[in-house]
Amino acid sequence: METQRIDGPGNVEDRSEIGQLNSGTNLGNRYLIQEVIGVGGMGSVYRARDLHFPNVVKLVAVKEMINQAPDPLVRQTIVQNFEREANILATLSHPSIPRIYDYFTLDNRSYLVLEFVNGKDLEVILSQSEGHIAEEQVLAWGIELCDVLAFLHGHKPDPIVFRDMKPSNVMINQHNHIVLVDFGIAKSFQSGQKGTMIGTEGYSPPEQYRGEATAQADIYALGATLHHLLTRRDPRLEPPFSFAERPIRKMNPNVSMEFETVVNTALQYNAEDRYKTIEDFKEALVNVGRKTGLLNRINISSPTSKSVLNNDIKPVWAFQCEDELRGTPVLHNGVVYIGCYDNNLYALSASSGEFQWKYPADGGIVSRPAVYDDAIYFGSEDHRLHAVSIRTGKLVWSYYTEGRIRSSPRISDNHVFFGSDDTCLHAVNIATNREAWKAETGSEVRSSPFIVNEMIYFGNEIGDFFALDYRGNIKWRFKAKRSITSSPCVYDNVVYFTSMDSHLYALDAKSGWLIWRFRMDKPSIVSPAAVDNLVIAGSADGHIYAVDVKAAREVWRFKTEHQVNGSPVIYKDCVYCGSVDGYLYCIEYKTGRLRWKFETKGPITGTPLVYDEIVYVGSHDHFIYALLA
Amino acid sequence: MLKFIKKIFGRNQQTAQQALDNVVTAPLSDAQLQSIRTITVNHYEPPQFLVTSAQSVGRQRELNEDSLFTLSTTIAGHSSNAPFGLFIIADGMGGHQYGEIASNTALRVISGYILKKFHNSLFNIPSMPVEESLQEVMSAAIMEAQRVILNEAPGSGTTVTAALVLGQQLTIGHVGDSRAYLLYNDQRIDAITRDHSLVRRLEELGQITAAEAAVHPQRNVLYRALGQGETLDPDLSTVPFPVGSYLLICSDGLWGVVPDDEIKKIIFEAPTLQRACQNLVSAANAAGGPDNISAILVQSLG
Ligand SMILES: Nc1ncnc2c1ncn2[C@@H]1O[C@H](COP(=O)(O)OP(=O)(O)OP(=O)(O)O)[C@@H](O)[C@H]1O
Ligand SMILES: [Mg+2]
Repeated sequence: METQRIDGPGNVEDRSEIGQLNSGTNLGNRYLIQEVIGVGGMGSVYRARDLHFPNVVKLVAVKEMINQAPDPLVRQTIVQNFEREANILATLSHPSIPRIYDYFTLDNRSYLVLEFVNGKDLEVILSQSEGHIAEEQVLAWGIELCDVLAFLHGHKPDPIVFRDMKPSNVMINQHNHIVLVDFGIAKSFQSGQKGTMIGTEGYSPPEQYRGEATAQADIYALGATLHHLLTRRDPRLEPPFSFAERPIRKMNPNVSMEFETVVNTALQYNAEDRYKTIEDFKEALVNVGRKTGLLNRINISSPTSKSVLNNDIKPVWAFQCEDELRGTPVLHNGVVYIGCYDNNLYALSASSGEFQWKYPADGGIVSRPAVYDDAIYFGSEDHRLHAVSIRTGKLVWSYYTEGRIRSSPRISDNHVFFGSDDTCLHAVNIATNREAWKAETGSEVRSSPFIVNEMIYFGNEIGDFFALDYRGNIKWRFKAKRSITSSPCVYDNVVYFTSMDSHLYALDAKSGWLIWRFRMDKPSIVSPAAVDNLVIAGSADGHIYAVDVKAAREVWRFKTEHQVNGSPVIYKDCVYCGSVDGYLYCIEYKTGRLRWKFETKGPITGTPLVYDEIVYVGSHDHFIYALLA
Repeated sequence: MLKFIKKIFGRNQQTAQQALDNVVTAPLSDAQLQSIRTITVNHYEPPQFLVTSAQSVGRQRELNEDSLFTLSTTIAGHSSNAPFGLFIIADGMGGHQYGEIASNTALRVISGYILKKFHNSLFNIPSMPVEESLQEVMSAAIMEAQRVILNEAPGSGTTVTAALVLGQQLTIGHVGDSRAYLLYNDQRIDAITRDHSLVRRLEELGQITAAEAAVHPQRNVLYRALGQGETLDPDLSTVPFPVGSYLLICSDGLWGVVPDDEIKKIIFEAPTLQRACQNLVSAANAAGGPDNISAILVQSLG
């Protein structure tokens, strides 16, 4: 509609379909509408020319607010509130606050005429910029915003709380200075909306939802605004009050730790934990600028990471074997048993490490033995399952398979179950020393079976995973993309295992349906451990992962310096796990925080054993260590 | 020893147990169902679900913007058939255009996507197992619904709470403030979804109490809904669905006005599952029925 009208709006023809004034409209016989420059909650903002200055082009911003209250009395109150607030604003004089020239009400619309700011608001700047806005730029704006908020908070007789700090309410003018454009004057026009609504304000602190709006609210909202500017993550699209879940430096590593710390302080949930005054906030920001050199920034390295956690942990004892220890120890009646690559099975006193006996097999022992009655059972690369008397250390019987045995034996209902490189899972009757059955799987079985509810779970080297019943019949089978060397564990009717295809799998133990899979960065042979709704595993990518069993989400990951091939064990509130980097790590399983680490001189690829406050672990450095858990 | 040999070499004689008729195709009478429910020591082989649902527009709305879907059948598994159930409730946003279109679209797209994925195992002789995990299928179905709603009903929004039950594993996909509850044999009631609402967050942060949340002026403000925003991050989880326990899915028209304790009481005291579900809806209406009410109630028997 190009026609110009003299007598203001109210005529439908002057409005576009969505009710905005068309350009060319002469509003209130003075303001010639040029175009819409912003859309707010209660109406539009226009750029207009003030016709009282016929000889110069004087631009103004006209903010329109539509009064939607149906009740005439309520409508009147709203208008009165609007006019009162406009009067307060008109008295404010600050370079970062636009001047108010005029206000008036026509029918159900109220108008505020203010200084036109030639620039863009921060929301527009964010959406038009690619990549992150420079830290020093955000810092400079932040300091200016503190200044104008300090001006408002110091207003006499009553402090003014801005209440609505957010990027769209901050404009950057042509001189790169900030201007606050929205004094919440539109708020009184918002009528209570009914029904479910979507979207939260995103920048407001929790207490504002209890009806409190103090200077602390502005501090929080400024923190939220700076967080948004630094991370580019819009808080309106995130769960409310979830800034702590998006650490600034995780989203934008270029930001200095100092700046992050200051913003975090402003964003504390409880008002009393934030800066006491906006001046304090400003001072903290200025200090960030000082420390980091603001424009000629220096790189600050994190001081905490390389701390002193290897604090002289002395083993309770250490015992040296003749070759690498790749296996996992077992403890029975005060004696620790561990197989070694020197072909021997060692029996050592758990309390002193004193040597009891050793039994020589004809091949390396990499698995974890099992004790039952008076005998200890273990497989060896010599293809045999050995049953050795724990009293004498002498062979009682042995059982031949047609391949190397790397899978650990499990004993249940008088039978030993284990896999072999001969591609079978074997069930051997302990009483008769004879095969009860063997199940052919089509590939080497190096995974150790897990037995629960008369079901036997294990994987093989072509990536098949099996659930067998006690007769060796396949109840179900699942295919991973690559080999399954890890040993499964069953927790709450779900079976967990890892694969060389880099996934941690969760399958329904009863039916074999895949519930979820969690992708790690590299292949894994680590047998998972489960506790408190967490499943913990590691990968050749060097990480130990804790994954929520229900939601399949990573709860934490811990970085070691090399591949993680050994399996974790849980003891009390910690997980113990070795790495090829030679360390045994003790990590709080709830948080992923390192409690201590212990250095050995070779990779740790076996699983530790923790019993009675002592951790036993073998290393490729030929030693088995006993450490205080 | 003998026991083991028996297990290995001879199948234990199964105590003859009549399988329960499929309630979907042959509904049982209330009396029959009551006898089933009271004899909780019964063992059902194969395991199965009892399913029922109820809906009401409520007493203050003219339009029903809730949508509800139930399906209970069996699926060909890796070994034997497993009970398979898909239960969905979507609550379209009032005050938004096309609220009912959004909730209905969510429901159709999600159920369609999931059933298509399992089509082979449900309606055919399965040759290839489904490659994706249950959670991946659920997540993809919700993302597809999001895409369709953004295209077909832009500006609208809906909650969705979808439960895919396979055997004893209950996989939930959830956005918004409809809820899923588990009620256990020992009379415990647990919400297994977390509302994506402002007041829920405030409550979690200890900023307001549950009682304050229940009457908060902004208790209807969601921060996540289907059809809103470019990014969607649905909650996914899998929890056990123990034999004998109940799954309740409902819109806020129920939980918003009937307290959890009363929900529990109604379910455990009703003579039948059907009656329980109807009584839930009646209770919400009796409390004023300010919003649309939808409820699905499932019991796992095994
Ligand atoms: N004085 C001005 N000069 C130039 N542009 C302005 C001016 N005031 C407002 N704008 C533009 O209009 C947009 C909306 O203005 P404003 O924030 O005052 O509206 P609102 O109705 O309060 O919106 P909301 O309450 O949703 O924030 C601003 O983001 C800005 O881009
Ligand atoms: Mg604004």
